[in-house]
Amino acid sequence: MIKKINASFFLFLALFFAANFSQAKETESSGDLKTEIKQYISHHLEDAYDFSLFSYTDQAGEHVYIGIPLPVILWDNGLQIFSSSKLHHGESVAHVGSNYYKLEHGKIYKTDAEGTINYDESNHATNVAPLDFSITKGVVSMLLIAVLMFFLFTNLAKSYTKTGGLPAGVGRLFEPIVLYIRDDIARPNIGEKKYGKYMNFLLTIFFFIWFLNLLGLTPLGVNVTGNIAVTFGLALLTFVITNFTGTKDYWLHIFDPLGGSMKWYAKIPLYIILIPIEVLGIFIKPFSLLIRLYANMQAGHIVLMSLIGLMFIFKSWLGSPLSFGLAFAISIIELLVALLQAYIFTMLSALYFGFAAEEHEHH
Amino acid sequence: MEKLISEFSLGLFFWQSAIFIGLLFLLKKFAWKPILSAVNERESSIKDALEAAKEARAEMESLQSDNQRILKEARAEKEALLKEARNTKAEIIASAKEEAQQEAQKILSQAQAAIQNEKRAAINELKEQVGSIALDIAEKVLKNELEHKDKQMQLVNQLLEDTDLE
Repeated sequence: MIKKINASFFLFLALFFAANFSQAKETESSGDLKTEIKQYISHHLEDAYDFSLFSYTDQAGEHVYIGIPLPVILWDNGLQIFSSSKLHHGESVAHVGSNYYKLEHGKIYKTDAEGTINYDESNHATNVAPLDFSITKGVVSMLLIAVLMFFLFTNLAKSYTKTGGLPAGVGRLFEPIVLYIRDDIARPNIGEKKYGKYMNFLLTIFFFIWFLNLLGLTPLGVNVTGNIAVTFGLALLTFVITNFTGTKDYWLHIFDPLGGSMKWYAKIPLYIILIPIEVLGIFIKPFSLLIRLYANMQAGHIVLMSLIGLMFIFKSWLGSPLSFGLAFAISIIELLVALLQAYIFTMLSALYFGFAAEEHEHH
Repeated sequence: MEKLISEFSLGLFFWQSAIFIGLLFLLKKFAWKPILSAVNERESSIKDALEAAKEARAEMESLQSDNQRILKEARAEKEALLKEARNTKAEIIASAKEEAQQEAQKILSQAQAAIQNEKRAAINELKEQVGSIALDIAEKVLKNELEHKDKQMQLVNQLLEDTDLE
């Protein structure tokens, strides 16, 4: 049953993008299809200021976007809040109060009334970019997942009190995963004594990443976990928790890795090399987390969308079904990757917490 | 790398952190804590139940072995009692026999003594009678002597012959 739903779901996904691309092809027959697809993919990978589902060009030659505009929040000598529909996807200048803003390459810049953007020699915009706290597509997706998670798991929690210790409803599906995280991720990596205080973070981060990854596979076209700012935020929390809960032994391991096995004067030349490596390790561990999740999700989206794009490049009876089949197979693999990346992130976080929480019997 | 940094959106990072930390605390209070405690409670209750079952089984086993032991002891006791009874029986029979024998002996010896007494008394009486008979005979002999000598002699002889001394 679930398999069937997934299959039809991905079919829908493929058809959805197919519709988009075919639209693009018809309207811009003069443009290069390959560049068009490339632009489309890179546009998809970035965060957006509105939740657009699809776009087309009407008979008058104007782009029409179907979707929901989202609030843009800027800090530019005071809070500036306006609807993203004013930006018109970078096609015109937004006039807010006495200021003018223009969307250029996914960023909002302050401009004059005509919307001129100045570029330096390396083609970077030199205009002022105000601090941007907009509720973007990614933020909306995260809020959506947060609300979903809140209702899902409070519902599961309530079902225990109702049934007297037995899970009920949808939550029953997730109880084994909760138990798996506790018994196979937290307990063996952190240890029986201390795993309890890390459980909240591990459970939240696992489901948060997993659900966001899955949302990224829907035709809504969001790419939240493939955004470096999001994975940076997640890894930063792992970093903070690891180092703030670090025991004496954890810091001792970093600044005195050899312990009492050597005389102090013998350790000095070794430590000139060892201590910088260990200190660097504190930062490299969470950094690897953020890059791994970002790169995996980003790559997955690029591969999947490129394969879908290939269908319109081949335009043959052989090539297009072939790339469709390939895209379908990759979609299924991506479904696994979504779970796998959430697992790896959680697993490695638990491992780092385990390092931080370790306590040796003193030598 | 440069592209990554220029792509980095501070706003998204800010909202992500805010949403995630908010979610973390909300879920901690309303979901993870009750879920984990409920699960722990369930697990410990299952563990307790299993342990109780194990204990009950052990108890039953010990009870069974106790029963076995008691049965064995009872059987041994029965055996001992029977043996004792048999011994007592034999003893009683033996002692009864002995007593009876003694009694018989006593009765026999009493009887013999009585017979002896009777015999003696009888002999004495006989002696007396023989004496009186002898006197009578002597009287009669004396009387016959007085008539004639032959006859007297004849009588004495005849009388003596008739008298059977025992």
